[in-house]
Amino acid sequence: MSISRRDFLKIAGLSGLGIGFSATDLLWKRGRADAVEYMPSPKGLTAKRWAMVVDLRKFRTEEDYKRVIDACHRIHNVPDFGNPKDEVKWIWTETFEHAFPFQRNEYLPEGIQEKKALLFCNHCDNPPCVRVCPTKATFKRRDGIVAQDYHRCIGCRFCMAACPFGSRSFNWRDPRPFIKEMNPEFPTRTKGVVEKCNFCVERLAKGLKPACVVASNGGMIFGDLADPDSEVREILKTHYTLRRKAELGTRPSVFYIIGGEEDA
Amino acid sequence: MYDAGKILIGLIIFLAFATYPFYSNMGKAVAKPEPKLDTPVIQKMEVKKCVESKEFMRAEHMQLLNQWRDAALRRGERLYKASDGRTIQISFQNQCLKCHSNKKKFCDECHSYAAVKPYCWDCHFAPKEAKR
Repeated sequence: MSISRRDFLKIAGLSGLGIGFSATDLLWKRGRADAVEYMPSPKGLTAKRWAMVVDLRKFRTEEDYKRVIDACHRIHNVPDFGNPKDEVKWIWTETFEHAFPFQRNEYLPEGIQEKKALLFCNHCDNPPCVRVCPTKATFKRRDGIVAQDYHRCIGCRFCMAACPFGSRSFNWRDPRPFIKEMNPEFPTRTKGVVEKCNFCVERLAKGLKPACVVASNGGMIFGDLADPDSEVREILKTHYTLRRKAELGTRPSVFYIIGGEEDA
Repeated sequence: MYDAGKILIGLIIFLAFATYPFYSNMGKAVAKPEPKLDTPVIQKMEVKKCVESKEFMRAEHMQLLNQWRDAALRRGERLYKASDGRTIQISFQNQCLKCHSNKKKFCDECHSYAAVKPYCWDCHFAPKEAKR
């Protein structure tokens, strides 16, 4: 029996495809046990878009800021290098002028001119850091939180250049020796990765609100921006709020109440 | 062949170096890795079973860890329903290492043997360190 060149090529091509498919099947099954499922924890807090309101009127003394910053940095093992060049920060303070550069004018009330703003990652709805990340280490979760997978971060710092809010810090040195009190429940980071606020995803999964919100004595309000009845939306309905550099179009999820009557 | 003597001597020296690892280890058996499971938590367990079967864990734990990482971190799915129906909380540091608290005798035993250096401990606390 003879076979034409054309038929031979047809058969060879089809067998090649078949072998390819069976190989992908093998690769796909690798590391997967039968009948496994992944589920979110039923205890966890969920939302369509997490957001925060910072009521700066409630931050009166240095102590008010420090309590919130310490609560965050302690549970997340954020190192203190003791010099601004190497600084790693998840939440920090800045002058009004630096936090809201376009809102500043020299005739602002004195209390506001001098006021320190409490800053952290804005968890933007249109995050430039996510767009530039070459490894998809930084990503936006379905609940709006901009999170980072440190396993995948290659330390290129594109995200730091892209973020207009300075929310990201780079680990120039091994952070471990500079962490005062280790929290054994949460990992540290390593030299050569970028890090930032994660809106306490690990606490939300356990049904707890972010550490800063708990420590703020009502100065920070956390909730679902997509839910019209949420606490956050109630406040936004009744108060005039600012977002940092909203004109850049990143749609930050962090809102600030600067001044006015304290009626809340 | 020019300089045959020199070339041959050179070749012999080269071969001696290149094959040194083979003949120096010849006949010597390197101790087989024997990871230990005798941690207090495991000893107290009634049914001594990891997330999946021993064979699966031995061969596929790195894939499972990667899938756990992506599920927990990216999709927010922090519960794993194992093939035997148990539901297990996904956490390397707060789940895996609670039982396997003997890094040296469990993790390093095979990893050193196979000369693999996973970077887990750059960020995750090794069980001993966590105690301080």
